[in-house]
Amino acid sequence: MISDYLWLIPLLPFAGFLINGTVGRKLPRTLVSAVALLFTAIPAGIVAWLWIVMKAEGAPEVLRVVSQPWIAITGLQIDFAFTVDHLTLIMLGVVTGVGFLIHVYSVGYMAHEEGYWRFFAYLNLFMFFMLILVLAESFLLLFVGWEGVGLASYLLIGFYFKKDSAANAGKKAFIVNRIGDFGFLLAMFLIVREFGSLDFTHVFQAISVNPGWNGGILTAIALLLVLGAAGKSAQIPLYVWLPDAMEGPTPVSALIHAATMVTAGIYMVARCHVLFDRSPYALGVVAIIGAATAIFAACIGMVQHDIKRVLAYSTVSQLGYMFLACGVGAYTAGIFHLLTHAFFKALLFLAAGSVIHALSGEQDMRKMGGLRKRIPVTFWTMTMGVFAISGLPPWAGFFSKDEILYQAFVSTNPLGKLLWFVGLVTAGMTSFYMFRLWFKTFFGPERFEDHTDLHAHGAAVHTHSDSHAVMVVDREDNHAHGVHESPAIMTVPLAILALLSIIGGWVGVPAALGGHNEIEHFLDPVFSTGAAVEAATTSHGPELGLAAISVLVALFGLFIAYLFYYKKPGTAAAIAQRAPALYTLVQNKFYIDEVYSALIVTPLLMFSRLFLGGLIDGGIVNGSGAVAGATTRGFSSLVRRIQSGNIRSYAGWLALGAAAVLLVMIFGRSIWMH
Amino acid sequence: MSAQVPVAAYLILAAVLFSIGVAAFLIKRNLITIFMSIELMLNAVNLTFVAFAHMWHQVAGQIFVFFVMVVAAAEAAVGLAIIIAIFRTRETLNVDQIDLMKS
Repeated sequence: MISDYLWLIPLLPFAGFLINGTVGRKLPRTLVSAVALLFTAIPAGIVAWLWIVMKAEGAPEVLRVVSQPWIAITGLQIDFAFTVDHLTLIMLGVVTGVGFLIHVYSVGYMAHEEGYWRFFAYLNLFMFFMLILVLAESFLLLFVGWEGVGLASYLLIGFYFKKDSAANAGKKAFIVNRIGDFGFLLAMFLIVREFGSLDFTHVFQAISVNPGWNGGILTAIALLLVLGAAGKSAQIPLYVWLPDAMEGPTPVSALIHAATMVTAGIYMVARCHVLFDRSPYALGVVAIIGAATAIFAACIGMVQHDIKRVLAYSTVSQLGYMFLACGVGAYTAGIFHLLTHAFFKALLFLAAGSVIHALSGEQDMRKMGGLRKRIPVTFWTMTMGVFAISGLPPWAGFFSKDEILYQAFVSTNPLGKLLWFVGLVTAGMTSFYMFRLWFKTFFGPERFEDHTDLHAHGAAVHTHSDSHAVMVVDREDNHAHGVHESPAIMTVPLAILALLSIIGGWVGVPAALGGHNEIEHFLDPVFSTGAAVEAATTSHGPELGLAAISVLVALFGLFIAYLFYYKKPGTAAAIAQRAPALYTLVQNKFYIDEVYSALIVTPLLMFSRLFLGGLIDGGIVNGSGAVAGATTRGFSSLVRRIQSGNIRSYAGWLALGAAAVLLVMIFGRSIWMH
Repeated sequence: MSAQVPVAAYLILAAVLFSIGVAAFLIKRNLITIFMSIELMLNAVNLTFVAFAHMWHQVAGQIFVFFVMVVAAAEAAVGLAIIIAIFRTRETLNVDQIDLMKS
């Protein structure tokens, strides 16, 4: 029975973490990677099997394994339970499939890094918690995974912990996520108070059987959950940690900060769709946050120079799309985009990693260019990713993005048309900045310094190294010579992901384009209770029209990028000079970090230092200790005189004492008798 | 001679001896005198033991006296040896000057 093996899915990566985390330091690198790969490959196999079982005719829609009660107190019982439905299945597929590919890639990418065993131990730990998160049957277990992936993310962002910027980025990610987690916690408290349970089935059933229940406490719970999701999925106002998270190694950015962990917020909203459907207000908030984040991050992404930061802002922007989809009730479209995004964004990150690898740690696009011929495999695979994210048919991104835009357009949300327009503009901007990256990296003159001399190469690693800092230059390893294509262990995962980026969208070809929209039918059992907007129009005219518009917009973005960065390089700089204030504003990410720093971080620090540190800690805590010490010293300085070291004074005291006892015994007794 | 000496007499004598011993221990500075005063106190105690043992017709007190004597003898042997050793090194027996261990 397949459900007996369900436990293995998260536990095997955990075993890998334990092995590599404890004895990995002593093991040879091949063994470390073998352990890490094996313990992610087996769960991927189980998931594939699970997929076959659940796709079969007459298969149950939900598989569930329940343990003994995990927490049992009066009025609240929580089981350690896993559940698999079609939504979980998609998430499992993404996490184990893309996760495994990224593990394979990492073997090549991290080959020359210190702390190889540590890296794979953390990666496996991440897999464990992420799988717990998607398999969880209750809010609490989901929260365990939620916090766990945050921990793994923190550890991996700060992987190069000797670098201040990486350590700080890790802390920032963790602290910003704490704000979201706070919302999540409050939401759970409210759920326990309202429903007396944290089980998904129980809670959602309690809502479903009560059709008149709208708004009120449900809105409060939903909004708090949105806060949690905004933290994890890097939405306004908590998106600031994700761009900084690029300090981590590139495979980490691909796995955690693009494909899987950051989509946990979207998964959670989709999972709680029953709750969100009852609160139009909360859904509206989700939609507005999503649209705002999408266009805002796209704006910033257009002017970044660091190749990974462009991708980071693009991730924030694409997550905004998914939020937007959930916000207009099109959960299927959101999950669909999550799926395709996992493919093409993982691909883009890994390809960017391959570029960085080729250039020995260079991340600045201004120092790239002309790489098309030098690293052809990376070029072609990345091209697939760029076309996919830009929303050009028939690449995967087109179908999912178009579905979201269409759903926004036809939604009952009064702002639907505006949301659609924002999404459309964002699509154009996405296309522009992705092709900007493409042209700047692979076309035009070669702007990088080609180091054929090993020594100079080593020096370059030290000067240019940003997050790829600890690259070891081995004299006997000719690998480090100049610009080079990555080894097969890195390019094969790239090729697979490129393939998925092309065909991944075909599972969701809408009926308007002659498809079956299989993913929608696949997810129907999960979302059927939701009030997903189902445009029951018989004519596909509007849908086709909208699709045509979005393709045109994407092509327009491509054209502008072509004009600016290929045909007439320097146009962009000229335009930037025409509006220096605006350019500086965007270039500096709208000074959001500075504003947060001034409004929140600095006051909090001052409060901590002056009030908590100075008054509470310095005054009360230290003071009470000092007073206790002084009292003891004062008293002992009195008592100390008795212990003079003079034997005869002791004997005198002894005699006095004996005399006193004697007096009490003789005369005292008669007094007590009365 | 049939009139027995009352127990109280023994006790008073013992108390007087003990007090003399305590006083000498506290006042005197010569180590040998102090040593002798300790012996005096021990013997005062012995006297009470014997007196009470006689009064209650029990031998336990008398046996205890033997114990005390044995201990006192051992103490005398060791103590006098120490005193001689001290005198050899310090050439004095004034306890106020033998304070090497005092900080």
